[in-house]
Amino acid sequence: MNGVQVSTTVNGDVEEFVCHPGETLLEVLRNRLGLTGAKEGCGTGDCGACSVIVDGQLVCSCLVLGAEVEGRKVATVEGLADGNRLHPLQDKFLEHAALQCGICTPGFLVAAKALLDDNPDPTEEEIRYALAGNLCRCTGYDKIVRAVDAAAAELRKSSKKKASGRKK
Amino acid sequence: MAEATEFKAIGTRPVRPDGVDKVTGRAQFGADLNLPNMLYGKVLRSPHAHARIRRIDLDAARAMPGVHAVVSGADFPGAQHGEIGGEGGGDVADVAKNVMARDKVLYHGHPLAAVAATSQAIAEAALAAIEVEYEVLTPVLDLEAAMAPDAVLVNENCFTKNLPEPAEKPSNIASVMTLARGNVDEGFELADVIVEGEYRIPMAHQGYIEPHACTATVNESGQATVWTCTQGHFALRTQTANILDMSVADLKFIASEIGGGFGGKTVVYLEPVAVMLSTQARRPVKMVMSREEVFRASGPAAGSCAKIRVGAKKDGTITAATAWLAYEAGAFEGAPMGPGAMCVFAPYDLENFRVEGFDVLVNKPKVAAYRAPGAPQSMHAMESALDDLARELNMDPIDLRLKNAVAEGSQAAYGPKFPAIGFRECLEAAKAHPNYQKPVPEGAGRGVAAGFWFNAGMESSAEVHINEDGTVQIIEGSPDIGGSRASMALMAAETLGVPYEKIRVLVGDTEASGFNNVTGGSRTTFATGMAVIQACEDIIAQCKDRAAKTWGVDADQVEWEDGQAIPAPGVNAELKPLTLAEIMKTAARTGGPILGRAALNARGPGAGFSVNFGDLKVDRETGKVDVLSFTAIQDAGKAIHPAYVEGQMQGGAVQGLGWALNEEYIFDGNGVLENPGFLDYRIPVASDMPMIDTQIIEVPNPSHPFGVRGVGETPIVAPLAVAANAVRDAIGRRVHDLPLSPPNVLAAIEEG
Repeated sequence: MNGVQVSTTVNGDVEEFVCHPGETLLEVLRNRLGLTGAKEGCGTGDCGACSVIVDGQLVCSCLVLGAEVEGRKVATVEGLADGNRLHPLQDKFLEHAALQCGICTPGFLVAAKALLDDNPDPTEEEIRYALAGNLCRCTGYDKIVRAVDAAAAELRKSSKKKASGRKK
Repeated sequence: MAEATEFKAIGTRPVRPDGVDKVTGRAQFGADLNLPNMLYGKVLRSPHAHARIRRIDLDAARAMPGVHAVVSGADFPGAQHGEIGGEGGGDVADVAKNVMARDKVLYHGHPLAAVAATSQAIAEAALAAIEVEYEVLTPVLDLEAAMAPDAVLVNENCFTKNLPEPAEKPSNIASVMTLARGNVDEGFELADVIVEGEYRIPMAHQGYIEPHACTATVNESGQATVWTCTQGHFALRTQTANILDMSVADLKFIASEIGGGFGGKTVVYLEPVAVMLSTQARRPVKMVMSREEVFRASGPAAGSCAKIRVGAKKDGTITAATAWLAYEAGAFEGAPMGPGAMCVFAPYDLENFRVEGFDVLVNKPKVAAYRAPGAPQSMHAMESALDDLARELNMDPIDLRLKNAVAEGSQAAYGPKFPAIGFRECLEAAKAHPNYQKPVPEGAGRGVAAGFWFNAGMESSAEVHINEDGTVQIIEGSPDIGGSRASMALMAAETLGVPYEKIRVLVGDTEASGFNNVTGGSRTTFATGMAVIQACEDIIAQCKDRAAKTWGVDADQVEWEDGQAIPAPGVNAELKPLTLAEIMKTAARTGGPILGRAALNARGPGAGFSVNFGDLKVDRETGKVDVLSFTAIQDAGKAIHPAYVEGQMQGGAVQGLGWALNEEYIFDGNGVLENPGFLDYRIPVASDMPMIDTQIIEVPNPSHPFGVRGVGETPIVAPLAVAANAVRDAIGRRVHDLPLSPPNVLAAIEEG
């Protein structure tokens, strides 16, 4: 099998790899780049545990080929925190006990990040629909929805602060 | 008993110790481990639900470049018979045949060979090169038909156990049981009202998001190391040792983080196969199930048929009740008939009852424990019947249950007398709950039901090490599936008087920790917690001794308060308290390192009761059911970390609602599972559900130092009947069978 040479950006770092034409982005991330934060729960795009963001768009990395990310920007859960500072979504997931076993958590965080990038003030219903592609079997979703809502509020507060700081 | 005590740590909601690793992608789950020189293992699975293996030829697969090991049933030793520990009933010899078929394949997906190769693609090609000749047999697929005397047999050597006379001919009924008290005939004669019903529930899957995964490496002296995602690495080590005829000393099991289990990760599927493959290949072998394999060949919950009859007087007093409960075991015995039969009447104080249980073989995957195994099925029937009874009597469904509820001192239907329990408290809380006072929304129905689970104790071990700076390291062996490291640290903080932040918790591997039974049976916070508390008490005794030596007084002149040794009243008041850090500074001179430990078989887990109610709306044109609101009330004894107790209640509620409303195994006429994926086996998603309101009741368990009773399993029990009773209320007709999926509900509406 001929390998495909791919140059891409993952969490801000340039990554070069050779993969098989049929290899998924999820396999590349996990097996070639050592980024095991994205999980395989189904391999068919039904569970969302492998969610990553490619050029601003939320995707199931099990449904994207590794070769497809040539020249694109990939963001995974490993890039969510800012140095030693957790992202507000990560903080709120911990504070609200929004994870039990934790296998679905990376996918939920990435999907929630995609939602809040697009809609900083979602209603409960908007949160529930935005996360409907991510399966969680432990929590019943209640605390996840609350954590995303709290993180959205936190992010709005800090962006307001930044905006008013700029005005001065 | 710490009933009136003010707690400092217990009852707070700190961030869990393993939290940061789980929100950053750092936590290592079953499939996340990769080793140098690793091979990929794959399993060949039966395409038939029932067939004899005439011939299996592995030569072509063995000859392929890149293939380093090929095994089939003939390579495995015959396993000894023995009970599986924990809640997953059954026999190890059966598990061995479930792991790798011998002469017969018994369900679609049953493993019959495995390979290890340098890539997944080569492993898959090698599987395709294995030649198998089958004699296809008629599959046994219907629970009630399987019980008929002339049914095709799943296992020609299965003779019904527990019959009054030994069985003379083989049967698909693996065993039967009876529980009875009083005289049901007389009881029914006293009844003013009698209700009856038959309830069927198909197999459903635990649906953990993480597929089974393990990696094994065996060295030249035959010592194996196995990384696996499991609820109990000690239990899996025992099973693997038995199946492979190895010493447990040659098997080191390391529990990775676990991505859900719900009972389904208490038995081996891949582990013995990976060890066998690695033994042949002398290289590490990683095996990961696909989602389809998870559905086809790992633990569904038993399908069931329940026939219930309940009689009561006009005032609601139940005079008699009978239950006939048949459970599908799948291809090997071990359906949760026993617990299902013991739970069905457990919440009620009955003078006359009779329960018959049947454990029935069918050509479907071997069932595994699923959260309160057996109880959701049987209690769905009883709680539906009580709803019918309340309607007949024109009584509030909570009042009917209060009229018959067990309390402290009641003789449980399954035998023992209840110590302090919180069932009445849950019922009263439900009645008074603001959600219950609200009117039922237009077009919706309200359902009420109770839930019960025994909870388990069993074996746990813990060590507590005091570090040089006075910080604390706990080592225990119960995989953390939902925040148990946090509960352990909270109980240690409370016992020692040390801040939560100074405590670390390790879930040790089988060489690092004493024996711990599975994280199952809602036992971890109760039993492993008890071991942690006792190990901390051991620490306190030793620290008092060290302080006494430092001060030159007798040990009984030292007390322990707020994490410090202090002189007892009347002893030299000028002695300054010694903190753990100060005690450790001089530890080398007072006797060396300080290590506390406890190993126990915990008794008195304390029964868990719940009352749930919800408002569900039925679309009369499509039959779709929407959950508008749901309230879960449960006795936790004492909630150590209330947020994770609520999480158990909310998660169990949604899992139970999924089972009630949509989830089912759908087999075709040949026994092929038609929906082995999350698209067609649809579990609830965020947009299907409302917030789940919770109320924790705390009636302390007298057998636990802090009053803890298990909370993990009870939550899934009541929601099935809540949904059924709400739909009954909404459409004016009872739908007896689950799931209450659109076609089934629509058919009921159209019939009416």
